Amino acid sequence: MKIEDILKQVNDIFIDTLDNDQVIITEATTANDVEEWDSLTHIQLVVAIEKHFKIRFTSKEIQSWNNVGEMLTCIQEKGV
Amino acid sequence: MKDFSQLKKNLKKDFYGLKAIKVAVLGDSATQFLVQALRGEGYEKGFDLQIQEADFNQIERQVFDPSSELYEFKPEIVIVFQSSHKLLGKYNKLKPEQHSLFASFELESMTNIYLALAKNAQAKIIFYNYTEIDDAVFGNHANKTESSFLFQLRKLNYELMLYASQNTGLFLCDISSIQNQVGKANFFHTSVYINTEMVLSIDVLPKVAARTVDLISAIHGTIKKCVILDLDNTTWGGIIGDDGLENIQIGNLGIGKAFSEFQYWVKKLKNRGIIVAVCSKNTEAVAIEPFESHPDMVLDLEDIAVFIANWENKADNIRHIQRVLNIGFDSMVFLDDNPFERSIVRENIPGICVPELPEDPADFLEYLYSLNLFETISFSFEDTERTKLYQIEAKRNLVQQKFTNEDDFLKSLNMISLVQPFNKFNTPRVAQLSQRSNQFNLRKVNYTDADIEALALSENHFTFAFTLEDKFGDNGLICVVILQKENCQCVFINTWLMSCRVLKRGMENFVLNTIATFAKEKGFRILKGEYLPTAKNDMVKDHYFNLGFEKNNDYWELPLINYEQKKSFIKIR
Repeated sequence: MKIEDILKQVNDIFIDTLDNDQVIITEATTANDVEEWDSLTHIQLVVAIEKHFKIRFTSKEIQSWNNVGEMLTCIQEKGV
Repeated sequence: MKDFSQLKKNLKKDFYGLKAIKVAVLGDSATQFLVQALRGEGYEKGFDLQIQEADFNQIERQVFDPSSELYEFKPEIVIVFQSSHKLLGKYNKLKPEQHSLFASFELESMTNIYLALAKNAQAKIIFYNYTEIDDAVFGNHANKTESSFLFQLRKLNYELMLYASQNTGLFLCDISSIQNQVGKANFFHTSVYINTEMVLSIDVLPKVAARTVDLISAIHGTIKKCVILDLDNTTWGGIIGDDGLENIQIGNLGIGKAFSEFQYWVKKLKNRGIIVAVCSKNTEAVAIEPFESHPDMVLDLEDIAVFIANWENKADNIRHIQRVLNIGFDSMVFLDDNPFERSIVRENIPGICVPELPEDPADFLEYLYSLNLFETISFSFEDTERTKLYQIEAKRNLVQQKFTNEDDFLKSLNMISLVQPFNKFNTPRVAQLSQRSNQFNLRKVNYTDADIEALALSENHFTFAFTLEDKFGDNGLICVVILQKENCQCVFINTWLMSCRVLKRGMENFVLNTIATFAKEKGFRILKGEYLPTAKNDMVKDHYFNLGFEKNNDYWELPLINYEQKKSFIKIR
């Protein structure tokens, strides 16, 4: 899947999980840019993304991303 | 069932008007999500759970310091969640020679927590039990090695059950059962644990929250009391009217097993005090036949409190069952394989629980287990006898329908009442009735056994306990009156309460005759009554008016000098 397509689907997951339909993420977005995105909702997002794409992240991966782009690449590398 | 993110959305909703309950959550792992799930699930069940979450791993400090935030908060419910992961951590740190005593150590520390909570907080205490972790150090041999972690964990769960069975203020929330249902791989999510210190996966949170709120609801008196069964393709396979007695499916073969096992489940519910009723679209004689003549039937007619088989609409029939049993629709569960009947009942009877039974009867039981419909916080001998009482009531109802004149019906019942002052034999039942009667209760007072004993000895009080028996059976002790001497002229009705099972039998008149005659003989001139309104006793607001008392400020008075006996068909034994 192309990064843009993954981004679109991940954006929908953000909207649902954070319960805020105004959220628009880009590859450059970081947790600081989204009010509701704290360390707790982070894990909720991760689990929702895992479920959606039927993939599993390692604990290391979960803590390694500096922005949405790196997360998307990680998803893509899992063969999505 | 709603998932965690849906429950979380509930948090933004309006909790106004929901029943507020203060809950304290103490955990040895991170509990933020659990607290959100609990509050969200509480909303689903009509509760505004006001939750105080202790800081992570503060259990001992909060519990053993009488001036802690926990006690300042004055919770009604305290939830203590000590996780199996932390338990394993403690076990790991012990020297091997101490491993065999591990469960005993832990039980002692948990009982200390319970005792401190019981002493310092007026709260019901809920402990989560331990989900199993097999650390695979001994393999299967762990089962016969006392020092293994698995052996000690299972022992601890067992010891906790024993301890809780002896302490009425302690409740166990069985999250181990949840792990058995969903599997450990779904219960525990390693990356969630590593990143957040939370031992519950996101997916299992709603299940744990539901199981906990079930318990809180039961503590607050919301319980299911009755299960109503459809017959064809629910209680047995096939359609009795079309297939005939020989061809319906029950027993040991094929799909028959599913129905037999379902019937055993219903029978166990009945034995533990759930009222079983039947509501079937059938000709009555045909519907009854399997109960009377099929060798593989597990349920007997004796197990069924109310049996309705006709061609009327099921919603009307369930309303009839409700009138006979006199319990709320919200305490009834309706089981029917037919989605059409389910939807009619669900749409027409607010509050009734109608599970969406799976299409395949083979799945019925597993599905019903997962709903945990019949949560309770007590189980006593009376529960096992309940069906009999309601069956008698149903018979009475049937006979009443044949009488056009109410007096003739009452006369035909041959009612007899035994009237006694409180004594050591009736004390427990008098106390229980005072605690359970909310509707027919003029001045709501809960008496304990000790209060009742004191009243029986008091010189200024006259106590009356009434039983009622009729040709259908014995209702037992159903009414309690306490008179209190105010002065030599006037005696005050301190307590008048009655079981709603015996409404409309003229019991009120009989009781008034009894106490008025008694008071008159003692030389009193005025009988004085009072109605104190509560949320549930509206039905007796005109009680004294209807009995001919006259209003005098906040009280009701009845002169005794010219008292005329009221009409009554009850004889004194």
